Amino acid sequence: MADYTLETEEGRREALRRMLTIREFDSTAGDYFADGEIPGFVHLYIGEEAVGVGACAALEPDDYIASTHRGHGHCIAKGLDPKLMMAELFGKQDGYCNGKGGSMHIADVDSGMLGANGIVGAGPPLATGAALSIDYDDREQVAVGFLGDGAVAQGQVHEAINLAATWDLPAVFVVENNRYGEGTPVEEQHNVDDLSDTAGAYDIPGVTVDGMDVTAVAEAVEEARKRARDGDGPTIVEAETYRYRGHYEGDEQPYRDEDEIEKWKEQDPIDRFSELLVDRGELTEEELKELRDEIEAEIEEAVEYAQDAPLPDPSEAYEDMFAEMPPEIERFASQARADGGSLGGDRR
Amino acid sequence: MTAQAEIERAEETEAMTVREAIRMGLREELERDEDVYLMGEDVGKFGGVLEVTSGLWEEFGDERVRDTPISEAGFIGAATGAAATGTRPVAELMFSDFMGVSMEQIMNQMAKMRYMFGGKTEMPVTVRTTEGGGMGAASQHSGTVHAWIAHFPGLKAVAPGTAAAAKGLTKAAVRSDDPVFVFENKMIYEQQGEVPTDEEFTVPLGEAAVEREGEDVTVVATQRLVGESLQTADSLADDVSVEVIDVRSLYPLDTETIADSVRKTGRLVVADESPLSYGVHAEIVSRVQEEAFFSLDAPIQRIGTPDTHMPFSPPLEQEVLPDGDDVREAIELIT
Ligand SMILES: Cc1ncc(C[n+]2csc(CCOP(=O)(O)OP(=O)(O)O)c2C)c(N)n1
Ligand SMILES: [Mg+2]
Repeated sequence: MADYTLETEEGRREALRRMLTIREFDSTAGDYFADGEIPGFVHLYIGEEAVGVGACAALEPDDYIASTHRGHGHCIAKGLDPKLMMAELFGKQDGYCNGKGGSMHIADVDSGMLGANGIVGAGPPLATGAALSIDYDDREQVAVGFLGDGAVAQGQVHEAINLAATWDLPAVFVVENNRYGEGTPVEEQHNVDDLSDTAGAYDIPGVTVDGMDVTAVAEAVEEARKRARDGDGPTIVEAETYRYRGHYEGDEQPYRDEDEIEKWKEQDPIDRFSELLVDRGELTEEELKELRDEIEAEIEEAVEYAQDAPLPDPSEAYEDMFAEMPPEIERFASQARADGGSLGGDRR
Repeated sequence: MTAQAEIERAEETEAMTVREAIRMGLREELERDEDVYLMGEDVGKFGGVLEVTSGLWEEFGDERVRDTPISEAGFIGAATGAAATGTRPVAELMFSDFMGVSMEQIMNQMAKMRYMFGGKTEMPVTVRTTEGGGMGAASQHSGTVHAWIAHFPGLKAVAPGTAAAAKGLTKAAVRSDDPVFVFENKMIYEQQGEVPTDEEFTVPLGEAAVEREGEDVTVVATQRLVGESLQTADSLADDVSVEVIDVRSLYPLDTETIADSVRKTGRLVVADESPLSYGVHAEIVSRVQEEAFFSLDAPIQRIGTPDTHMPFSPPLEQEVLPDGDDVREAIELIT
């Protein structure tokens, strides 16, 4: 059984919980980034929650996903622990990658999460690869590659989908069309109307769904998963969605206006889904409020955990390059200055 | 020539940042030659993610400041094809780490066409990109890869350490009929310096600059480490007289200026942010021992990144990132 599925009342509530968790996690991450406690860059998933959660609702727990630079939502949808995620964003030793990766490289291979990615379009080849090992080992899983609208223009994405299609691998490609790649609108990056139209080039199914509707996303990915498991190869699922925040935090967004953002917010995926559950009598306003409070407390706790966690020891910088440390790095490590940098020569 | 002399020879200079100096160089070249145009991801309306090209789209329009899809293989390849057919593209690769995506066109087409075709084609393409750690940008946005390009036959590579060099090298790159990569370090975009405003000012490819004259030890540095070495040299001035050279041009490399300096000082520290193994340091050290071996009084020291990627967490990043303190330690070790 999946972790959660939109087919049961309990599963729907879990999906809502995850969408709310993503929103709370990301708005909190945005705040701590603004305060300077989170270094580097952060790309927030706010507004796009229905895509990650809908897609993961259609998956089994041991399925794989390969994510993007905008990866926090995929992590939470896949069931990663917000505490360890937050610790990673804060650069702490107890984070998922021991502080080596940060927001853009957050990963937990044991949970089937093959990493956020700093390289646009680099996830789909990894998903094709995961699908290859599933196929090779006759396992029952599938691999999902998430990519943005902008990433559809990458050569390696084309190659990855073509390979998966040609070998009928159990992969699904979920295109998160949030209308922009950084500041450039999707129309200026692609000649096709729908990004799912590219499926024709591989002779595989391509569908475009309302990415602000978690149910629509889940249904499309479920069908794609079934096809993949039946040995019929990959599907492209394009989810039309929108990011509410800048490309990264700090983006002044000269390329769009407030009206456009407000218009999309009318379609808010969390409001739509929670209203649906309330209408169907599965959730009361009271329970929704409780759920929000609970999640707020959970994320607060994640922040406290991250703040209290130790920073990695500088010597950790030399670890993890290879299965075993080669003599070169050993020598650099042993000569490293306490406060950083390195000398190449023997100090004689 | 010393950098000071170069600046003094200029009729007029203006204080500006490295970022402004590059932008000024690009603007002047766009004005000078209609065949020149810029392209890259979000270089237009957005002004470039690191704001180097900001304002140029407003000035020169869509045709000459072109936003591309996120397709490095495609647009670097297109720049190569365009350069071979009569125009002079200046492409921006947003972060040098993305160069891998476009490497085929760089290695097998851009670098080889002139040679393979028996000299029958020009290749006036410029690729600008940003390198280096220090921003917490983690392993895929912090690399220093200029040694790949400097190593590869058929490609030229420059890496300015000052605002004047940034402008002069950018302009020389655009004017060159060969492929030239301009490696900008992202941590020095805000660094100030005096820059000649003369539209004909360029820094010829293949000329290093003595940024500070000294007698006891030579520090040959690139990019951010030029400024940090100058600070270190100042702070040591009571005890040791340090000469600091900005390499500026990695390929072709100004062996003569470096070797002359070592003949005078007898001691050398090479400071470059690339990984230490098989790189820029090794090349400079080899050339110095070929040209000035008998002038050396102490083992040559290398400062660089210790063969790791750039980690995310600040204490880890600080650990592996070379800086002025490392230069000081190396100087103290051999003087
Ligand atoms: C190969 C590569 N090129 C460029 C970038 C810089 N970059 C990071 S995110 C981004 C936009 C991606 O757009 P899209 O795929 O639509 O994803 P979104 O940010 O909208 O989620 C760009 C250009 C990168 N990280 N990798
Ligand atoms: Mg997008």
